[in-house]
Amino acid sequence: MEPVHIVQGTVVPLDRSDVDTDQIIPSDWLKRVERTGFDKGLFAEWRDDPTFVMNQDEYLGANILLGGPNFGTGSSREHAVWAIQQYGFAAVVSSRFGPIFRNNCTKNGLVAVQVSPEVSDQLMAAVQADPTLELTIDVERRTLEAPALGIEVDFELSDSVQHRFLHGLDDIGLTLQQGDSIDAFEAGRPTFRPTTR
Amino acid sequence: MKPQVRSSPKASHSARPQITSISVSTEAKTLSQKVWDDHIVTREDGQPDLLYVDLHLVHEVTSPQAFDGIRESGRTVRRPDLTISTEDHNVPTEDIDKPIADEISAKQVDTLRVNTEEFGITHYPMGDINQGIVHVIGPEQGLTQPGMTIVCGDSHTSTHGAFGALAFGIGTSEVEHVLATQTLLQPAQETMSITVDGELPAGSTAKDVVLAILGECDTGGGIGAIAEFRGPVIEALSMEGRMTVCNMSIEFGAKAGMIAPDDTTFAYLEGRPQAPKGADWERALEYWRGLRTDADATFDREVLLHGADISPHVTWGTNPGQVIRLSDSVPSPDEYEAGVARDAAARALEYMGLTAGTPMREVAVDTVFIGSCTNSRIEDLRAAAAVARGRTVANGMRTLVVPGSGLVKEQAEAEGLHTIFIDAGFDWREPGCSMCLAMNPDKLKEGERSASTSNRNFEGRQGRGGRTHLVSPAVAAATAIAGTFATPEDLA
Repeated sequence: MEPVHIVQGTVVPLDRSDVDTDQIIPSDWLKRVERTGFDKGLFAEWRDDPTFVMNQDEYLGANILLGGPNFGTGSSREHAVWAIQQYGFAAVVSSRFGPIFRNNCTKNGLVAVQVSPEVSDQLMAAVQADPTLELTIDVERRTLEAPALGIEVDFELSDSVQHRFLHGLDDIGLTLQQGDSIDAFEAGRPTFRPTTR
Repeated sequence: MKPQVRSSPKASHSARPQITSISVSTEAKTLSQKVWDDHIVTREDGQPDLLYVDLHLVHEVTSPQAFDGIRESGRTVRRPDLTISTEDHNVPTEDIDKPIADEISAKQVDTLRVNTEEFGITHYPMGDINQGIVHVIGPEQGLTQPGMTIVCGDSHTSTHGAFGALAFGIGTSEVEHVLATQTLLQPAQETMSITVDGELPAGSTAKDVVLAILGECDTGGGIGAIAEFRGPVIEALSMEGRMTVCNMSIEFGAKAGMIAPDDTTFAYLEGRPQAPKGADWERALEYWRGLRTDADATFDREVLLHGADISPHVTWGTNPGQVIRLSDSVPSPDEYEAGVARDAAARALEYMGLTAGTPMREVAVDTVFIGSCTNSRIEDLRAAAAVARGRTVANGMRTLVVPGSGLVKEQAEAEGLHTIFIDAGFDWREPGCSMCLAMNPDKLKEGERSASTSNRNFEGRQGRGGRTHLVSPAVAAATAIAGTFATPEDLA
């Protein structure tokens, strides 16, 4: 993945709770065997509605997606992360994320920023009132800032994920360096464990 | 940061002790902690643990990009002998002797066949007696065993926790990681107990238990935790029932759901094709019997439900936490806290085309789906057939009964269940995921309303504009006959 240090830009306010990954990328789109081409599938069913927030001119070009609580619940489909990134978002902000979605974000360099419900509500109202409002998400400092609102909050990002974000590291390569430990573990596995042969 | 669940620090990259027959530790642990600790390859302060994966289940939807990654990086599959593959999400449930008509689906299925052939992975294709929903075939082959770590690019992998395995869904990047290394990096999780005490009233099932749990925990109550289902109601469930409960753990956000293995578990496993045999069986049993939460272990979160309160349940909204008793009426958004919950309820009612105050028993249904990794096993089909026997589905009702695997279908037909269904007017189909997520031709049309034994009532999940209500197999069958939501007791 590409290194990520700072995400700065405007915001699409998606003011709904429980946006599950079936909404983010409907299952018809999961039939593709490629890793690209998912941008058109992002919120495919909602985007047909001309009043849907992503269809509003004032939010075109935004690179941060602000969702309601429980964003990305449901299915493990990593296609949801790919679709959000390929559409042009570099970060997603919510007061609570579905756990598999959040983990998938860390594998692709999509910054998932969890903020308090109060901050989330404040941002939502502010961005709805002023689509030009900019946020700065700093991976190195683990902060989200909205200077126009006087908001600066920390967000949680584990050291290991932060390290991979900042350096754009592939964690398979890192794990393969532990080959000796994996070999040793395998040598000690009980014989009653099944194989698929 | 979440509190570290375990208290005993271990040296960085500590050499892992060999598993003896029973986990030996002076420290009180929960079931999930025992299984987790037995799979630590490396542990380093401030880093996620590197866990070994005992079984990797693969299907056509979440794997193609992972296999591409393996090829492009010049890596290989480390343990094809701990990997099993099947095709389930895209497969049609009729005319399976013909090629898949949807070209994109056909290409995805073909891609899996090519990938598994190239990397030497056992694969069960459409039409094979062993083919089926990935979470049905693992247990029925005896591949799912207590104390294992099991992963799959599918959020319903938690199903396998019914055996006391630590089983969870992963994304495609992690599928590639497991293919390449047979391990996963996993941050510590909290522990959560969900106890269901007493006993269930007659007519209530495992599905009603987990729907009631969802009503209690909502969609986020399990985030950051591994749940253990406990108590007399859970212990009294069959393995099929336990799989139904564990299956929906992800719907309240839990990393995984587990149930301690016991004689019910061992009886289910004994004699299955991949279950241990002879001396290995005895060694395995000794290890498995130790896989219980220690009496003095504590949980970070605790939830208690009373079995006696659990009558048949049905979802009314667009997430599985929006659930009520079938005897209740459609709730009003005003019953929810102002703000997010009330807005969500109002939006769900609008999408679902429901009016607050309408008794659920008066809500008409046009489609019934009996199947999915939640409820497509032999016991589920028996429960539905017991209701269907000698009755006829309502006029105009569309019904699909989709067994979870070729072996489930064979067993059901040996018992004559298919005849009961067909005589009652149900459509008896071939195995697969089918209308649970509508990646195959089995879809709801705009505005159609289903009673479904699956696990998700999300907007559009079963087809664009479709309206899904989650229920047990017995309620689904009764609803097919009544035409409106009904329990078997409601039928004349």
